[in-house]
Amino acid sequence: MSAVSDLIKSIVDKNDVVLFMKGTPNFPQCGFSGQLVQILGYMDVNYEHVNCLENDEIRQGIKDFSSWPTIPQLYVKGEFIGGCDITREMFQSGELAQLLASKGIDCKQPTKA
Amino acid sequence: MSEQAEISVGDAIKAKLQEALNPISLEVIDDSHKHSGHAHAVMRPGTAKGQGGTHFQVKVVSEAFKGKSRIDRHRTINSLLQKQFDDGVHALVIDAKAPGE
Repeated sequence: MSAVSDLIKSIVDKNDVVLFMKGTPNFPQCGFSGQLVQILGYMDVNYEHVNCLENDEIRQGIKDFSSWPTIPQLYVKGEFIGGCDITREMFQSGELAQLLASKGIDCKQPTKA
Repeated sequence: MSEQAEISVGDAIKAKLQEALNPISLEVIDDSHKHSGHAHAVMRPGTAKGQGGTHFQVKVVSEAFKGKSRIDRHRTINSLLQKQFDDGVHALVIDAKAPGE
């Protein structure tokens, strides 16, 4: 394992929910990162973010870490959940709320009709 | 570099997925123009002539996705398009379904 993958591993192990993104939650610098910020915000999830634009090693390292070629990437309890499309589909279907709840992470559950 | 011939990045993506996935339906949409102001759309090395060919959407329906998780489906497509990512494709919106989904 390289130093940067050790660093990434320690970040995703130490924080229940981590979003690797471009920009910050207050100022996302990519529309796809922005979508995930909106989803996590809507669900009231407490999460850590890593701005990949501030660190070129992490920007490349996160792609190698999960063999996933794009940013953003969402991790829950150390596990890679997906990028923008997968997370959005899981949010829309209610699976994301289920997953978070099953891991003991507080979030707003979808209201039943 | 030399093989960066006449075929567009979108056509290359389409051909690759068509061949590998034998899809029931396949749509490749070039969204690059919507991102033309992005720093990374023009500054990333290898980006085709700084113009277009960076942001795509693919919508695929294929038997190949039956019983596969979302992550596996995306990984299948991403790995088929490794060359395109290396050459400057920067974002790929994926909608991968099996028939009947």
